[in-house]
Amino acid sequence: MTILTAENITAGYTTEVNILTDVNIRLESGQIVSVIGPNGAGKSTLLKSIFGILKPVKGKIRLKNEDITGLKPNNVAQKGISYVPQVDNVFPSLTIQENLEMGAFIRDDDFSRRLNEIYELFPVLGERKKQKAGHLSGGQRQMVAMGRALMVDPTVLLLDEPSAGLAPNLVEMIFEKIISINKTGVSMIIVEQNAREALKMADYGYVLAMGRNVLDDTGDSLLANEEVGRLYLGG
Amino acid sequence: MIELTVYGIVFGSIISLGAIGLTLVFGIIRFANFAHGDLMSSGAYVALFMVTSALAWIGIPDTNFGMLSFGWRMLIAFPVAMFAVAAIAIALDRILYRKLRAKKSHAVIMAMSSLGAAFILRMLILIFWGADSLFYRPGMLRPAIEFPLNIKIRPDQILILIVVFSLVVLLHLYLQKTKMGKAMRATADNMELALVSGIDTERVIMMTWGLGGGLAAAGGILYGIDVQLHPYMGWNFLIPLFAATILGTVGNIYGALVGGLVIGIAQQVSTAFLMPTYKPAVAFILMILILLFRPKGIFGGKE
Repeated sequence: MTILTAENITAGYTTEVNILTDVNIRLESGQIVSVIGPNGAGKSTLLKSIFGILKPVKGKIRLKNEDITGLKPNNVAQKGISYVPQVDNVFPSLTIQENLEMGAFIRDDDFSRRLNEIYELFPVLGERKKQKAGHLSGGQRQMVAMGRALMVDPTVLLLDEPSAGLAPNLVEMIFEKIISINKTGVSMIIVEQNAREALKMADYGYVLAMGRNVLDDTGDSLLANEEVGRLYLGG
Repeated sequence: MIELTVYGIVFGSIISLGAIGLTLVFGIIRFANFAHGDLMSSGAYVALFMVTSALAWIGIPDTNFGMLSFGWRMLIAFPVAMFAVAAIAIALDRILYRKLRAKKSHAVIMAMSSLGAAFILRMLILIFWGADSLFYRPGMLRPAIEFPLNIKIRPDQILILIVVFSLVVLLHLYLQKTKMGKAMRATADNMELALVSGIDTERVIMMTWGLGGGLAAAGGILYGIDVQLHPYMGWNFLIPLFAATILGTVGNIYGALVGGLVIGIAQQVSTAFLMPTYKPAVAFILMILILLFRPKGIFGGKE
C-alpha cells in the first residue's frame, strides 16, 4: 500500500528561484526510501516541502489518500508524520526527558509506555534522562532527536542526514537503530550524503540532481548501477 | 547602609518582576519590548481604578489588614489587574506584533512599534488620571517597624518581598512542571523545532505575553503600594529593567531575578554617596558597563 506520495513538487525558498522542479517520490507502507544526490540537489528541501515547513509552489503531497499539501508543520505532525531536521534538532536547555516529552506535545493520552520504549531503543538516553540535551555528544543528540520524533508513534518518519557529522562507528550505530525502528513498522524517507549506506538499507531509492528526479529503482539495483556508482558512490 | 540595601532589595524585587517578563518575551520572540515599563504602570492604574472606583462602587469595605496600608479592595484588585494587563499584552501582540512577525519584520521595527504602544498606554493613563502622583491610600501614615541594627522597614515592604518571592516560585514551578511551561522553554530554545514537534507556537507566544503582562502588573502595583503611582513610572523603570535583563543574560529568568536585585540594591545604596535624583543614572551606567565588559551577562557564555 502506498502511504505517502509527493507528486510534481516544485518548491523554493524565494518566489524567483525554485530548488525543486517536478519531483516525484512514493513511499510504500513499511518501507525505507532513501534519497541520495550531490550537495544542493534539493534533498533537504524535499523533506521540508513534505512536512509543510516550505509550501510547494506546485504539486501535491498525499498521506494515504488525504491531500496534506500546504498544512502547517504542527498539523502535519498530527497526521502522523514526524521529521528530524539535520541541524538544531534538540532543545539544548531542556533535559533529555523533556525533549522527549516535547515530542509528545500533541498527545493528550498517557505516553509513559512510549517513553519507556524509546529508552529501551536508546538505553543511553534512559541513563541520562535528567541531563541537558545541549551537553550531549553528536551521536547522543541524534538519538534524542530521533527519540523526540518517535514519541508520537508516527506512521512516517522523515530523516534529514541522520549520519551527518558523526564518527564512522557512530554512523553504523545510528543506521542500525534506523533499521530497528523500521522493523517496528515505521515507514521512512531518509535523505543522506552517505549514499552507499543509505541505499544498502533502503527498499527503494531515488537519485536527485539539480532539483530533479534522475533515477529511481530498488536500493540493490541502484547500488549495482554503474552510473550511480561512478557519479554518487565515489567509484 | 544596611537599611539602604534592604530598600534596594524591595525595589530590586519589583524590578525583577518586570525584568522576568521582559526576558521571557525576548527569549521567545526576540525583540526588545519598550512597552514593558508601561505595562507595569498600566497594572498599577488598573488596580487604582479597582480600589478607588469599581470596588468602592460594589461596596467592598475600605479597611486595612493590620499594619498594612491596604485591605480587601487591594486583595481583589491585585489579581484582577494582573489578568487585565495580561489581556492588554496579548491584545497588543494580536493587533500589532503578530502582524509584524508574519511579515518577518526586523527586530528594530518590532522594538519601534513597541515604543509606539508604550506611548499609547502612557497617554491613556495621562488622559484618565492626569499627570500628578497618586496613592492607593492618600494621606495615610505608614509607620515602620524597627528591627535590630537600626533598620526601619514598613510592613508593606515585607509583604512585597513575600509576594515577589511567591510569584517567582509559582513561575518556576509552572515552567518546570507543566506541559505549557516546558513548551515555553522549548520554544525559547528553538522555535522551528518546537513547530516541527507539533507545538502550537502561537499559543505559546500568547501565554508568554500573558505571563509577562501579569508579572508586569504585579510589579507596577507593588511599586504603587511601596512608593506612589505616576504616569511616567513605567518609563522610568525601563533603564533598570533593561539593565537587569542584560545583567542576568537575556532570556534567562533566574538571571533577570538576580539582575533586578543587583540593580535595585545599586540604585538605593548609591543614594548614600550621590543625590537621589541621580539614581536612574546608576542603572544606566551599570548597563553601559555590563555591555562593555560582559555583554552576555553573568549567566551567558557557556553555549
